[in-house]
Amino acid sequence: MNITLRVWRQKGPDDEGRLATYKLTDVSPDMSFLEMLDVLNEKLTLENEEPVAFDHDCREGICGACGVVIDGEAHGPERTTTCQLHMRSFKDGDTITVEPWRAKAFPVVKDLVVDRGAFDRIIQAGGYISAPTGTAPDAHANPIPKPDADRAFDAATCIGCGACVAACPNASSMLFTAAKVTHLGMLPQGQPERASRVVQMINQQDEEDFGGCTNIGECAAVCPKGIPLDTISQLNRDLLGSLSKGVG
Amino acid sequence: MAVTGAILVLYLIAHMYGNLKIFSGQEAFDGYAHSLRELGYPMLPESGFLWIFRVVLLASVLIHAYAAVMLWRRANKARPAAQRYQVKKKVDRTYASYTMRYGGVLIALFVVFHILHLTTNDIAPGGASDSPYERLVNGFQPEFWYVTLFYVLSVIAVGLHLRHGIWSALATLGANRSSRQGKLNAVAVGIALIVTVGFLLPPLAVTFGLVS
Repeated sequence: MNITLRVWRQKGPDDEGRLATYKLTDVSPDMSFLEMLDVLNEKLTLENEEPVAFDHDCREGICGACGVVIDGEAHGPERTTTCQLHMRSFKDGDTITVEPWRAKAFPVVKDLVVDRGAFDRIIQAGGYISAPTGTAPDAHANPIPKPDADRAFDAATCIGCGACVAACPNASSMLFTAAKVTHLGMLPQGQPERASRVVQMINQQDEEDFGGCTNIGECAAVCPKGIPLDTISQLNRDLLGSLSKGVG
Repeated sequence: MAVTGAILVLYLIAHMYGNLKIFSGQEAFDGYAHSLRELGYPMLPESGFLWIFRVVLLASVLIHAYAAVMLWRRANKARPAAQRYQVKKKVDRTYASYTMRYGGVLIALFVVFHILHLTTNDIAPGGASDSPYERLVNGFQPEFWYVTLFYVLSVIAVGLHLRHGIWSALATLGANRSSRQGKLNAVAVGIALIVTVGFLLPPLAVTFGLVS
């Protein structure tokens, strides 16, 4: 395959940045998107140019490090992570535009790499439980209804990649926060902090300069883990409950 | 946003019901308009209920607009102009969701015109009148096609606003579950369609000579 790439190049956080065009020949349709970027970087290195910086780690779709916006869609045209996207999803001769997540809360470190530390601070603000951990308890020590367990698990599959923020027209992190609120709120271990959790996490995401949620739904539509949009309603229910109890 | 929006949607449905009385003739329409002034009388002073209603509506509109401006500003701050995407594709969002902000501004301007036209009658195409029925019939005659056109466009903007707004309000108030998401959206589409058609019928009936 022959591919024309338009890649966002930005030397550092304060650089203005621009799109640079590169042509790649003999791209295999079986390459993952990141392998294709590896090929580009080898070529750039041989030509004494600065390789394109991009985040990646497991390349198995479970770590959430590798998000970029491809042709205007977070993680590209397939509903999976960028590392699990393959070049067979594109056509020979395609021009592909690659940009970093764009949000004030996710400042660009370099090229396609952004700092997602804001997510860590939201988790620090309330995404934890105080139940003692240690050895695994007996499986039937805390009976949990199957639908609740499933709902908690679905929400817990969030890998914190940030695609929801990248896709949101308001650059809101609501789906990420809602996934954690739903995950912990469905389980008995999450109950002691349930009322304060949602208030603290919302306050933190506001402080990080994420936008407000207007229920447009682009977040859930691009989520590689399929976090359902109804987690946001769950968060709102928890928030109403907290406010009516006078928490926050 | 959701609570004030809900108040305004309920008001719109009542308003639409009143408008459709135009098809029962001048007496019914004018009588209905007059009865609104006497609602609650003599418990309340004359037009008392109406003024309480107007204050609630105005407060709702102001709070709704304030919340909208805050969301708009936060969105611009969260993704400043210098950080916009070079290429951005819509994935799943509805057309209606694009129209919320500019559509909202259009609706606000229309409401001002609408009150000046049909409530205070300061703007009176086709001649002023004490009868609400005559104001309506005068105002939407074919020669004032531009008044009708503005009305039609604004009502369509209201319809789109309700399509996303009702869904969004239900989600904000915590009603959304994955199993219900389709139904909530259907409710939003249904109410939006009913309100749009219900508001379009009276002026278009006047323009096309069905009511005179």
